[in-house]
Amino acid sequence: MNTANITWMLAETGIKAFVIVNIILVMASAEVWLERKVCAWIQKRNGPNRVGPFGLLQPFADVVKLFMKEDIIPAAASKNFHRLAPLLSLMMAVAVYAVIPYANYVDVMGHRVYLGIAPNLNIGLLYILAMTTLGVYGITLAGWSSNNKYSLLGGLRSSAQMISYELSMGMALIGVVLVSGTLCLNGVIDKQVGWFWHWNVFCQPIAFIIFTVASFAETNRAPFDLPEAEPELVGGFNTEYSGMKFGMFFLAEYANMATASCFIAILFFGGWQLPFPQEMLGLKDGSVQLALAQFSSFFIKMLLFIFFFIWVRWTVPRFRYDQLMSLGWKILLPLSILNALFTAIAIIVFKL
Amino acid sequence: MDLQFILFFVFGTLAIASASATVLSKNPVVSAMALVFHFCTLACVYFTLNAQFVGALQVLVYAGAIMILVIFVIMLLNLGNEKAFAEKFNYRKGIAIMLGASFIIMLATSFLSKNYITNQMPASSLKNGTVEKIGLDLFTSYIYPFEAIALLLCVAVVGAIILAKKKISH
Repeated sequence: MNTANITWMLAETGIKAFVIVNIILVMASAEVWLERKVCAWIQKRNGPNRVGPFGLLQPFADVVKLFMKEDIIPAAASKNFHRLAPLLSLMMAVAVYAVIPYANYVDVMGHRVYLGIAPNLNIGLLYILAMTTLGVYGITLAGWSSNNKYSLLGGLRSSAQMISYELSMGMALIGVVLVSGTLCLNGVIDKQVGWFWHWNVFCQPIAFIIFTVASFAETNRAPFDLPEAEPELVGGFNTEYSGMKFGMFFLAEYANMATASCFIAILFFGGWQLPFPQEMLGLKDGSVQLALAQFSSFFIKMLLFIFFFIWVRWTVPRFRYDQLMSLGWKILLPLSILNALFTAIAIIVFKL
Repeated sequence: MDLQFILFFVFGTLAIASASATVLSKNPVVSAMALVFHFCTLACVYFTLNAQFVGALQVLVYAGAIMILVIFVIMLLNLGNEKAFAEKFNYRKGIAIMLGASFIIMLATSFLSKNYITNQMPASSLKNGTVEKIGLDLFTSYIYPFEAIALLLCVAVVGAIILAKKKISH
């Protein structure tokens, strides 16, 4: 690789990373607004409506408020880990976006620019799984370093829960990997080309259900939000956090929710594929218009899943801890192994 | 200078530093977190050597699954300083130093004698690290060792279940 190539690559990656990180953070605040609005509709209230039109600027006001607040580190806390934990949480939440493809590619001045930082990475799926497992450390360390028994319980619950559901998540993915024959995210999307009934959700419905349930557990969202169950644990792992450090956990949670939605859209709903063959638009590959159409298709799918996450949170009550564990180990895990087995048999028998 | 080459040295240095921190730290949580960081930098070293699959598994299995259990246990037991039992096993230190030194000498002699040290990577290494290649090799040439490992793991799992199910009677 020569110097010009390296410079071009670094510039391209840097610009993409800058844009994507900013979009993620703005999206996270937009999700907070959406969450509060949807929850208000579900509970027959108005929701935030004072700051800006329709209360749209409310999340920004919240962020300003969090910045203004005093940042307290408990005297008996393990100080460095207490500082490190929210950073780690947010870092892993953002790192996942490195492999997510937002559209196919655009040809700019003879260069083929893929929309996404490294969407053609050979190990894309494994990378996402690895980053989501590392995200546990943020929460676990936050729970331990606060030196507070409620925080510790929250942190332990979270790590136990994430380890348990990681397994069924990985096993559910095996079905998808077997069908698409690759671990590369753009490869998985390419296999779902054409009309919408080619999407993986129609040939892997069980994997889709298992994966969605496991995503809820992985993102610590209701009905699996035991790590921050207010009635029993005060605030869970983030009890001892204040100011923007609390805000970082908050951002990480919403960024994780967006990640899970992206991931479901890519694996089971064709990612940036349009719901009909893209030749019907009459645009050629690599044109900006086609990329825009693909991006909007991806974005709409993602928004729908974010809405689904919020909808479930305000409808379904929280699990009890033993219910959570038996659901993970006794139902989802055997089901996902059977799904992988049957998919493999079907592929051999029908020579797919 | 190649970009891969520079990155290899950066991550290699970080890996050595974090491994030393793991051994030298007196606080068990610091030690465990340094080990997690070490696994991540080791994964980056694998990436610079074109071994993508091994790198991803390093993070997924070691940093993600195994170390989280270790940290889990350390936090549950709330271990304090290890000073109390540091002096008790002094003779172990001597044996450990001897074994470590002999290992380093063995590595050094085997590397220096055959001119192994080079910064050129064979072109075939680009393909060798991918999931497809490793999968094909595992299930064709190395199927028997692979199945033997599967059996070994199965035995370990059964053993763990038996230990966990044993009723403690006094």
